[in-house]
Amino acid sequence: MNSSPSAGAAALLRLDGELNIYRAAELKPQLMQALDSVPQLEIDLSGVTEIDTSGVQLLMLTKRRAQALQRELRLTNHSPAVVEVIELLDLAAYFGDPLIVAA
Amino acid sequence: MNIDQALPTFVSESRELLQEMEQLLLAAAQGRSSPDDVNAIFRAAHTIKGSAGLFGLDDIVAFTHVVEGVLDKVRDGALPLDDALTSLMLACGDHIGLLVDGAAAGQAMADKALREMGEPLLQQLRAHLGESAAQPVALREEGEFSRRAADGHGDTWHLSLRFGRDVLRNGLDPLPFIRYLGTLGKIKAIVTVPDALPATEEMDPESCYLGFEIAFQSASATKADIEAAFEFVLDDCQLRILPPNSRISEYLELIRQGPEQPSRLGEMLVRCGTITQRELDDALQTQAHSEPAQPIGEILLEQGKVEAVVLEAALHKQKQIKDNKALETQSVRVDAQKLDHLINQVGELIIAAASANLAARRLGNAELQECNATLGSLIEGVRDSALQLRMVKIGATFSRFQRVVHDVARELGKDIGLAISGEDTELDKTVVEKIGDPLTHLVRNAMDHGIESPELRAARGKPVRGTVSLHAYHDSGSIVIEVSDDGGGLHRDRILAKGIERGLVEAGKAMTDAEVFALIFEPGFSTAEQVTNLSGRGVGMDVVKRNIAALRGSVDIASQPEVGTTVIVRLPLTLAIINGFQVAVGRSVFVVPLEMVEECVQFSCEAGRDYTNLRGEVLPFIRLRELFHLPGRPGPRENIVVVRHASQKFGIVVDSLLGEAQTVIKPLSKLFGQVEGISGSSILGSGEVALILDVPALITEAHRRVPAASREAVAASI
Repeated sequence: MNSSPSAGAAALLRLDGELNIYRAAELKPQLMQALDSVPQLEIDLSGVTEIDTSGVQLLMLTKRRAQALQRELRLTNHSPAVVEVIELLDLAAYFGDPLIVAA
Repeated sequence: MNIDQALPTFVSESRELLQEMEQLLLAAAQGRSSPDDVNAIFRAAHTIKGSAGLFGLDDIVAFTHVVEGVLDKVRDGALPLDDALTSLMLACGDHIGLLVDGAAAGQAMADKALREMGEPLLQQLRAHLGESAAQPVALREEGEFSRRAADGHGDTWHLSLRFGRDVLRNGLDPLPFIRYLGTLGKIKAIVTVPDALPATEEMDPESCYLGFEIAFQSASATKADIEAAFEFVLDDCQLRILPPNSRISEYLELIRQGPEQPSRLGEMLVRCGTITQRELDDALQTQAHSEPAQPIGEILLEQGKVEAVVLEAALHKQKQIKDNKALETQSVRVDAQKLDHLINQVGELIIAAASANLAARRLGNAELQECNATLGSLIEGVRDSALQLRMVKIGATFSRFQRVVHDVARELGKDIGLAISGEDTELDKTVVEKIGDPLTHLVRNAMDHGIESPELRAARGKPVRGTVSLHAYHDSGSIVIEVSDDGGGLHRDRILAKGIERGLVEAGKAMTDAEVFALIFEPGFSTAEQVTNLSGRGVGMDVVKRNIAALRGSVDIASQPEVGTTVIVRLPLTLAIINGFQVAVGRSVFVVPLEMVEECVQFSCEAGRDYTNLRGEVLPFIRLRELFHLPGRPGPRENIVVVRHASQKFGIVVDSLLGEAQTVIKPLSKLFGQVEGISGSSILGSGEVALILDVPALITEAHRRVPAASREAVAASI
């Protein structure tokens, strides 16, 4: 996971590899911290190879917290694995981010 | 995702499904199948394929997929389920069984030999599918899914899923189950319910907080299919399924029971398209009007509120407690070894209690004796419950024979059906395991040599279809299994002639039918050339008898020419602990199984005779002192224990009667294996060893000693 502050108030966070139960405990504080530090957070999901319920749950938690804190959270570049799960669970409306399916 | 923990469940489930499939196929072979059965066969294959997919067992998926394709054609009526196809399907079922065994042994991929075994089957299957063998499986997979998606006009079910907190920690991810559900039909709408997600700080990323409301459309899936899709997680989730077109009150019940706020759940049902907003409002209002005191009333109350976390939590908790209670009443799978261990320990407990009892009696302390008596009856209860745990119904063993009969009948070119009765009769698991082989032999024998050829049957005016029947029932502490056929019966004269020729009986000796028929159990009798219609296939009937005797059981034969033969197998209910009746000769103690003891009478007899007059009946008896060459002289007051087995009575002469006692059966060492008249040993409270008498063997011995004339008198008078 790489986070790079860009343009001061916004930050870009890149999630790579597996977004599952094995990494959930490690990712949660990182995501929360990233969210707390900036008003605008973009999470790049292009590198996510696998996502399970705990991963989805974590993203949902992040989204909810962002709303509670009135921060802006955007999920971008969804990898095919993420798109599949978001569609399976019909969560596109929950996150409200445009899904671009790679051709 | 570590799903390996669930593998044993997959294996046992697959085996059950295969067995079910086999039974249904056999029913179909006998022309007793309905469209429902074909559906069930298809579903069994489909479920195995689906579950195997979850575990990445690609070989099973690939093979089962082709099987499923053929079954699908059968289901659509495009292919008749004829005899040849049934046999092919049975063979395929066996092959899937082998693949599953491989998976159970930890091979994710089948080895080469196994694949080669599957190849001819696949070719035959593909011939039925009318496709070239080269066509890849994946192509058809797509075809199948598009077909399934197309039949979107099925019924709409509503599923309410709440996963347990620990489901992820237990190595299960809900998502594959939802994906799998998608293969059973069409997920029309899904609402992910994040309401249980706690505050950020309290949220444990390794717990599962999500729930799902799913509108699921399927033309063919049943409630059981849907439940089966979630089988591995059922322990870890609350799954509520509402069938299509449920009454509004049932949806309301769902709303009321759900962990979320009622209004919230109602809203989700609306979002799923399961019910309309209007229906919800109407229903809520009617409910509220008619039953203002019911919790449903809360629904309206809550409708106005936006958040009520406290109530939600309380409701959730209640629901969980309720569910836990429901779960407890379900059955538990226990390792058979643990049960055996428990029964061993109970056995030791009984022996220890007996010695405590003995010590108490010696001390003469009344209070202690009373305590021991209470303890004794409790232990007896524990023993009964422990043994009950290991009791299984014989039905499963019996239904295995459907397959045996099907295969052997084809082999022999005869038309034979199997009739089963008494399948609910229970007996000890250890006995069930050991009875399979002898029974198989008896059934094969009945089919091979009992049932006549179709031509002969027709000539005799019998139905062309022969029947072999298996019947089980309980009778005085033992289980009786009868294997009968409606065939030609035994040829008494031929057997007798053969017996005389072999030197088993003396010529000119008067013998009852039962005794003559019993000759076929003699070693070396049945391996002969086809003189009688009873020669075995390699293994003789003597082996059957020996196997049954090793279980402390006995075999008898009844037969009528041209009507049929019945082989009656008697087995003890358990091999572990019995109620025994202790008797003593000199300083030795013997145990007679209590169920077999009829009465005890004082010994009286005319000198030199081996029978006595029991209320006008001739009762043959055996003097244990003579039989086992025990030292010492008989006391002045001997007793006769009258014992009954398989409707025959005889007496055992002993010095004294010690009374009833629980007896833990310990096997005899090999050294004593050949000793006649003893079937086991037991340890007494005093630490001494008592021998358990083998009543069936003694009966034969007693009747051998009494002259034939008086024996006939006994037989007539009983």
